[in-house]
Amino acid sequence: MLAFGRWSRSACLQTILNNARGAQTAAAISRNSDYAQITDHDVAYFRDILGDRGVITDPDALQPLNKDWMGKYEGKSQLALKPQTTEQVSKILKHCNERQLAVVPQGGNTGLVGGSVPLFDEVVLATAAMNKVISFDPILGVLSCQSGCVLEQLDNHVGEQGHTMPLDLGAKGSCQIGGNVSTNAGGLRYLRYGSMHGNVTGLEVVLADGTVLDLMSTLRKDNTGYDMKQMFIGGEGTLGIITKVAIQCPAKPSSVQVTYLAVPSFQHAQKVFQKAKQHLGEILSAFEFLDHHSLIITLKNLSFIKNPLPDTQTPIYLVVETSGSNAEHDYAKLEKFLEEAYEEEIIVDGTIAQDSGQQASIWALRENISEGLRHAGAVYKYDLSLPPNDMYKLVEETRARMKHLPVTVVGYGHMGDSNLHLNLSAAKYDKEILAHIEPFVYEWTADKKGSISAEHGLGQMKPECIGYSKSEEAVQLMGKFKSLLDPNQILNPYKLLPKKNRHYKPHKDGHATAVTH
Amino acid sequence: MKLLVAVKRVVDYNARIRVKTDQTGVELANVKMSMNPFCEIAVEEALRLKEQKIAKEVVVITVGPKSSQDTIRTALAMGADRGAHVLTDAPLLPLNIAKLLAAVAKKESASLCLLGKQAIDDDCNQTGQMLAALLKWPQATFAFKIEIDQAAQKARVTREVDGGLQTLLCGLPAVITTDLRLNQPRYATLPNIMKAKKKPIELLSPEGLGVTLIDGYKRIKVEEPAKRKGGVMVASVAELMDKLKNEAKVL
Repeated sequence: MLAFGRWSRSACLQTILNNARGAQTAAAISRNSDYAQITDHDVAYFRDILGDRGVITDPDALQPLNKDWMGKYEGKSQLALKPQTTEQVSKILKHCNERQLAVVPQGGNTGLVGGSVPLFDEVVLATAAMNKVISFDPILGVLSCQSGCVLEQLDNHVGEQGHTMPLDLGAKGSCQIGGNVSTNAGGLRYLRYGSMHGNVTGLEVVLADGTVLDLMSTLRKDNTGYDMKQMFIGGEGTLGIITKVAIQCPAKPSSVQVTYLAVPSFQHAQKVFQKAKQHLGEILSAFEFLDHHSLIITLKNLSFIKNPLPDTQTPIYLVVETSGSNAEHDYAKLEKFLEEAYEEEIIVDGTIAQDSGQQASIWALRENISEGLRHAGAVYKYDLSLPPNDMYKLVEETRARMKHLPVTVVGYGHMGDSNLHLNLSAAKYDKEILAHIEPFVYEWTADKKGSISAEHGLGQMKPECIGYSKSEEAVQLMGKFKSLLDPNQILNPYKLLPKKNRHYKPHKDGHATAVTH
Repeated sequence: MKLLVAVKRVVDYNARIRVKTDQTGVELANVKMSMNPFCEIAVEEALRLKEQKIAKEVVVITVGPKSSQDTIRTALAMGADRGAHVLTDAPLLPLNIAKLLAAVAKKESASLCLLGKQAIDDDCNQTGQMLAALLKWPQATFAFKIEIDQAAQKARVTREVDGGLQTLLCGLPAVITTDLRLNQPRYATLPNIMKAKKKPIELLSPEGLGVTLIDGYKRIKVEEPAKRKGGVMVASVAELMDKLKNEAKVL
């Protein structure tokens, strides 16, 4: 039994029991009356700053901005703004702060915990129009750009100069670098290039009151005072809006090898990982796993996905990638590793991609599991950090627990980072199903001292669960820091911090405003 | 029936290529190389014919410098029985390749030669046709479907042509070149990758095959295509109409 957070855990339980549809709907949380409502005067003011193009009030145009990628959360915003410059963002926030208007910063809107969509009538501040690359220094390898640049486009840009972005994820075609930084996105190459906390060298952030905080720097080393930018990395847009990013990009590897391996069990997969670290250590760039259930659901729901090993069926499959500077050497290392593993029977079968088409095909399988699940119906998504020995045990126990329910339990994830993506696929959201999953999964994880959100963040889905992985004192300090930077609580409300750590200020005009729904 | 499949090592179709600063060619150092996709399809088709017990042996052949051998290894890893490598630094012109393949086809007493329809580096689409002419064998190019009637010693080949599909019936031995939709090549699996190391690759030379290679043409210059001009955002339909009418002059 954990010593901390007992009360915060029961708050989580209460929220869970309140959920009618298994999704945290607005009905479970009510709109905070401390926020003002948008008036025509506000809209006119924004039009003045941004022009007609930068102000969106059309309900059809607002719909995709109000809904998250999974279709699980939907807000009721009636106003979205698309600034192009930091100055515009500053003016917008200054006004919203004075008026006590809630704001939701939104990048590519590909998050999986509802962190980038409004719950009620918050103003959406979209960074999509802030998509200019400022500079790229090919000697330092540091890219400076506005926060609305799409990750894939940045990768192509630095690719032309022999570099690569230090992160890669399935959402790369839509996600924006500002969002990646705000959520401390992990992804497929975390194993090799590490976290955003290490790769971001500088940020420009606009604070809630419109102050432009210039932390932009391309320096690798700078120990002059507290490293403030770290608070915004992973801050999920609750402490400030990131407008510029400076990020360290590694040299683009000239030789990438991708293999897909079939292993007899998760324990064997761990042995393969140990061997891979030994033989491939310095060139290992990704180590992902998926179980047979993930494979089936993806193949079934997405016609463009191919099974790399159609004649072999095992409980677990691995995608192992190496990135190096010499194709011959790397291939030789890989062959030796695979031969040994095959001889020792820790892998049953496998394939080495022979060209870029096969490489892309193997990755497409792993990267589209999420998409396959989405097509299959309702998805309950859990993103957990667990000790390696326990990772798949949770999947097996959950599967046993859900045996009598119309649910498919799948497990996949970043094995190299001890990060499990536990997903449950059902025809539709159902509170009986949810009751069997939560708080079981969270309690199981907390019991193993894991994280209830390894990389997805808390968003609007898990604020009340923060106590499972963080101590009371830590969360209190977070609340104080939030109040310091955003006293009116206008930035991304109802997110990340549990309700009791969000210290609202009564609305300036004194009288409460009507609830809008 | 013995099948001879020709494969070529080319720049990977996804690789970004750059023209050398001296404009003599394309920068190949550190660029990913792979088996020509159409050749891969040819290997796959040969393996399927072997699985159907129509072919007894699949021999894979390539022409080129030492590095070309990678492609043979890949084909062997997919399941081909043995390889042949004509070692030469001469330019890989279709006529030279065709002459060498003809010599090997005769040497091996092959009943069917399978080639990719073209290589993605030079897009010549000539080698298969020249090979058939040199051997005086029938040719069926751009194959979309291949059916072999062993008893009648005939091949029924459906080919993709501009107007649609055309089916030819030709006698064996023959030369068939493969098109994109013929099949989807298999992945090379571990057991086969390991077995491939032990499969023999015969080293051959143009002199040994009695073939004189020609110099062919001389490459004068290689340059990049003109850069595409960026698009222009218009603010309204009226502006679009104005530009289409007065600038682009397409209305």
